[in-house]
This record gives sequence, structure tokens and C-alpha cells, in this order.
Amino acid sequence: MTETEAWSWDHAAAVLPALVDGLWITVLATVVGMVIAAVLGLFVAVVRRSGLRVVTVPVAVLVEFVRSTPLLVQLVFANLVFTQFPSLAIGCVVLGVHYATYMSEVYRAGIDAVPRGQWEAAVALDLPRRRTWTAVVLPQAIRNTLPGLGNYAISMFKETPFLFAIGVVEMYTAAQQYGGNNFRYIEAITMVGLLFLLVSYPTSLLVRRLENRLA
Amino acid sequence: MSDNPQILAELLPQLGEGILVTLELTVGGALLALVVAFTLGLASRARTRWARVPSRIVVEFFRGTSLVVQIFWMYYVLPLPPFYVELDPLACGIVALGLNYGAYASEVVRGSINSVPRGQWEAATALDLGPVHRLRRVIMPQAWPLMMPMFTNLLIQLVKGSALAAYISLHDLNFFIGELRQRSSETVFSYTVGLLLYFAVAYLLTLVMNAIEVRAKHRIGAGPSLREVLRLAPPASATAASVAPPPAAVPAAKGGAQDD
Amino acid sequence: MPETATTPAIQFQGVGKRFGDNVVLDGLDFSVAAGDRVTLIGPSGSGKTTILRLLMTLEEANDGLILVDGQPYTHEIRGGKRVAIPEKRRSLVRRRVGMVFQQFNLFPNMTVLENIIEAPIHVLGVPRAEAVATAEDLLDKVGLADKRDARTTQLSGGQQQRVAIARALAMEPEILLLDEVTSALDPELVADVLAVLRNIAETTDITMLIVTHEMQFAREVSNRVLMFDGGKIIEEAHPEEIFTSPKNERTQEFLRAVL
Repeated sequence: MTETEAWSWDHAAAVLPALVDGLWITVLATVVGMVIAAVLGLFVAVVRRSGLRVVTVPVAVLVEFVRSTPLLVQLVFANLVFTQFPSLAIGCVVLGVHYATYMSEVYRAGIDAVPRGQWEAAVALDLPRRRTWTAVVLPQAIRNTLPGLGNYAISMFKETPFLFAIGVVEMYTAAQQYGGNNFRYIEAITMVGLLFLLVSYPTSLLVRRLENRLA
Repeated sequence: MSDNPQILAELLPQLGEGILVTLELTVGGALLALVVAFTLGLASRARTRWARVPSRIVVEFFRGTSLVVQIFWMYYVLPLPPFYVELDPLACGIVALGLNYGAYASEVVRGSINSVPRGQWEAATALDLGPVHRLRRVIMPQAWPLMMPMFTNLLIQLVKGSALAAYISLHDLNFFIGELRQRSSETVFSYTVGLLLYFAVAYLLTLVMNAIEVRAKHRIGAGPSLREVLRLAPPASATAASVAPPPAAVPAAKGGAQDD
Repeated sequence: MPETATTPAIQFQGVGKRFGDNVVLDGLDFSVAAGDRVTLIGPSGSGKTTILRLLMTLEEANDGLILVDGQPYTHEIRGGKRVAIPEKRRSLVRRRVGMVFQQFNLFPNMTVLENIIEAPIHVLGVPRAEAVATAEDLLDKVGLADKRDARTTQLSGGQQQRVAIARALAMEPEILLLDEVTSALDPELVADVLAVLRNIAETTDITMLIVTHEMQFAREVSNRVLMFDGGKIIEEAHPEEIFTSPKNERTQEFLRAVL
């Protein structure tokens, strides 16, 4: 491996296995994080609809707080406080909680988009409140939220490199390590960028198709 | 624990510097993003392929490769051969934030221009206004308020993204949190203070953006003037204008407030 | 109308327009003399509005020629081929044509006055003071002098439409296209708009092409009525004639349904 050339395919090839390992961690974090975000986000959305001010006001403040402060800082903070847990687990949970605040807005919009007549029909049929939610409103609302879910999954995928700050060896950290060990950053970091593009662009095309089909 | 406030007071100059750097990144990044957004957003609506295709590629490239990767690429790779471009860390942060969020914002620009009602384009054509004149005087003033809520979201995202600056040797707010933690040896205290400071910055920016949005909407005859909004009872305006994201702008189709 | 030797204001020569597979106009020929008031009637989808939109270059014809004052407008025959006329030349013809839309389409980012003076100042190069004076005259004419500095969104539909008429007139068009200008209005607001148009018809010699469902108005204002069906003119007559004794069966059917 000559060190004089600007771009070395040898280095590009050498870093690839480590990046692919990192990609799996990246995908794992995205999937687990998104599951947490989807479930917690729905919970938050329904709670915020309850109309009980003692509950809705603190939840609203908390959501706003989590949403408008940096994920990066939240990750480092959680990692320093919960030292007994592995960093990857902390990373997934923080990603999940952060994105739950976005997802709760998606659900809220989805619930709002269910026509008033559906609620009124449920009342007219004397359906219990719980049944109204589970059988009438949510099935319709969730359909509306699928594109939002997809878009945020892509967005989370591209934010997983923040996990470098807590030592999780996802794609970017793997590249950084290779760069540091071999004093060759150009191939490692460029390849990471291209791998992100390679995964996220086709996925975003799929989500756009889903959006068009549901619209 | 009890000397925490004192430590905080001692670190006040560093805190000031941290906030200043974060604001520099935010404002610089946002201004660059705005230029990028309008350039790419307008180009992607162009009739000629020569403008449309390259702008689409640039947008998808910066949206598709992660901000983290972009910022570190500029920091670590750009100074190397064959580029030899050594950016000052602050410039590096601003350029990365501006390009990344500019790409996202260009989609907002494009979408908002497209959602100005067709009748407005047609009326401008019927009056024989040229394409540039039509865009500048008729379409943009109406598309601008549609862009504002999304721009506000992106600006908050940009503030959050700016926390990466601490990792390219900048002494921003994120860096200050680390300093505070070292001096006080109190993780929870330091990070709570730090996050609250970020929250304050984001909240302040949201207020500013909401004011701009109210003004923009009022100028196209939708909604009250800024003065009227500020005169409202504080709790009502605080919850309506800042906490909840503003509802999508309703096109002013039938505004009939009074009759003939 | 007696045939005269003067050049018609508008000529359609074999104009065809398709939207995908849907043929809206099919080899349409007709001409309108300067100063004519022509009403186009017919069932929806018969191509009436498309004619106005073609004249405003909001749509592009697939074949045929459109001439204004005898000059080719959007296309011309050069070397035996039908070629598009560049935008710069179209613009010179287009500024002589004005249009009032069903949905008013006032610019909400401008006041009433600004809406009216925008194009005269920036397209025709009229000095601002002159444009303002003209606009004030026109506002007076449409009965909205007091709304000069109002926001367009504060006006009722009827008021908005009267401003839109003033805006079109401010360009001093030779040809005025009225596209269902009362269809979006509440019934009680229609009369004022029609009164304004009647006044314009009486006091100017602007050539008018009118698409409307207001048959009484068509009868009063126009001197010619064209009945459209399936992209073709199926009957053409003086309003008195067509409204009292239509000859074509489709025309009879249509008029029975709308009158």
C-alpha cells in the first residue's frame, strides 16, 4: 500500500469488512430505536389527548425539552449516568426516546386526520371509549402515520453515527478507528458516506412510493 | 453540591464563549442553508435539465450521507491530498451545517412554491408578468409563509446538530458542558444545566421564527399582525405560538369577512 | 353581423387541444370581430373554458393557429411547418388580452391598489402616478373607491371579483376574457358584478369573450352566442334568436336544463 496516492483502492477494500460490521450495528440500533419510538410515541400521543391538564402539561413540557435539545448531548449524558448498561443499549433507548417525541407528533396528526364523523358515529353506536380508540380511530390513524414512520426511520439511520460519542462501534466509529490506526482517513470516511447514501436513498424512494400510494 | 452555583459563576466567561460559538454556528449555518436552499430549490424547478438534474443530485447527496460523516469528512479529509483545503474549524462547522440543512430546506422551498395555488400563476400570466417578476412579486411572497414552520423545525435541528462542533475542537456549548462537569465533578448537574441552556437557545429561536412567520402571514393578508399577537393575553399566545408547531397555513381562498 | 373587410380581433384556425386521450377541441374554426361580445355556452367539458385559456396562453394548443388582430399568437407556419412562437413575441400580444377568473385570483400579498397598478407599471412601463390615477378611476367605476388600501382577503367574493375586473381593465386590453366570473359567488353578490360588466360593455368597445351560466346576462350583453358541444360549435346565432328559438336539438336540451 503506497501512502503517496490520494485515493487508495487497497485501503478502500481493507476498511470495508469493518464498515459492514458497523453497518449491522447501525441497522440494529435503528430498528430497536424505531420500535421504541413507535410504541412510546403512540403512548405519548394518546396521553396528550386525554385532556387531563395534570398529565398533559408536564408531558408537553418534557416532549418539547427532549425534542429541542441535542441528541448528541443526551447520549453522552445517559451514558455517563447509567454506567451499568452497555453503551449500545443506552444508544438505542436514547435514540428511541428522542424520536418518540417526533413520532408523537406524527401520531397526533394522524389522529387529527381521522374525520370527526368517525368519532361521532362511535358515540352514536355507544361504543366504549377504549373500543373507539382501538377499533375505530387507531386503525385509521396508523395508516396515515406510515410515511412519517418511514421518514423518521431513515432520519434515525443517518443519526446513528452520533453513537460514536459513546463508543458504540457503528459504521462511522469503525471508519474512524481504521483511519486512526492506518493514518488513512480519506477512504474510510468517504466510504462511510457512500454506504449511508447507498442505504438511505433507495429507502427514501420506497417511502416516497408508499406516500404516493397512501395519498 | 452546594458549591455548584459558585463553580458555574466562575465559569461564566467560558459559558459566554460557548453560547457565542453555538450561536455563530447556528446563524452562520442557517444563513448558508438559506442561500443553498433557494439556489437548489429554484434550480430543481427549472425547465432545463442542466439545472434540474445536478441540483437533484446535490440535494440527494447531502440528505443521504449523514451530517456526522459530512462534518468529519470536511475536518479530517478535506485538508488531505488531493484537496488540500484546510478550513478553520468554525468555517468547517458552518459549511457542513449549511450544506446539510440547506439540502433539506431546498425541498421545503420547492414544495412551498409548488403549493401556491395555480390561479396565482395564471393571474400573473394573464397580466403578462414575466417569469422572474412573477416569482419575485407574486409567488415568493406567498410561498415564504408556507416555508416558515418547516424552516423553524430545521433551525432547531441545526442547533442540535451544532453540538458536533465540540468534536472538531470548537469550544461551543457542548464543550462547555464537559468543562463544567470536570470542574464540578457533577454529571447530572452539568448536563441538566447544559441541556437547559440548549433548550433556552432553541426556545428563543422558535419565538423569533414565530414572529417572522406571523409577520409573513400578515403580509399576505392571513392572520393578525405581530403587534396584535403580542397584545394578546400572554398565556394564550405562549401556548399557541411557541409550544405547538403552527398548523399548516390555510390558503386564503375565500376570505369573505364582510359582505357587499 | 354583416361581413366586413376588417381583420378579425380573434381567429381560430383548425385549433385542436387534447388532454391525454381526451379530445377537448377538434379542428375548431371561428373568428371574432373587433368589438364583438361573444358568449360561449354549452355543457361542462365542451371546451369553452379551454378556448379562453388558450387565448391567455395558459394552455398550449396541439394543432392549428390562433391569430390576434391577424398576427399569429402562439404558433406560426414557417417553411410549411407549425412552429411555436418564442415567449418574447407572445408576450407582446398577450398584454393586449385580459382575463377575469372564476376564482378571482387576486394577489393576497398586495393591497387592492397594488393589485391593479402592478402590471401597468412593471409590464407597460406606465409612470406610477399615472397608474395610480387610472386605478383610482377604475375603482370608482367598480364602486370600490373606499377599498383602495384594503387587503384583498378582507373583501367579500363580489368585491374581490370587481377588483379583479378593475385589474384586468387597467392593462387597457383590446380583448377581455371572462371565465365564469360569477360562478364562485354567493347568489346575492352576483348582481353587483354583472352591473359592472354591463357598464363596461356599454361604455367601451373592448372585444369580449364570455363563458357564463348567467343566460340573462349573456342575452343582454352579447351580440353573438356560440353553442359548444364535444369540442365543436354546433349552433351560432344572435342571443335573442338562440334563446327564444334554438334550432339544434342539443341546444334546446341544454337551454331547457339551464334556463
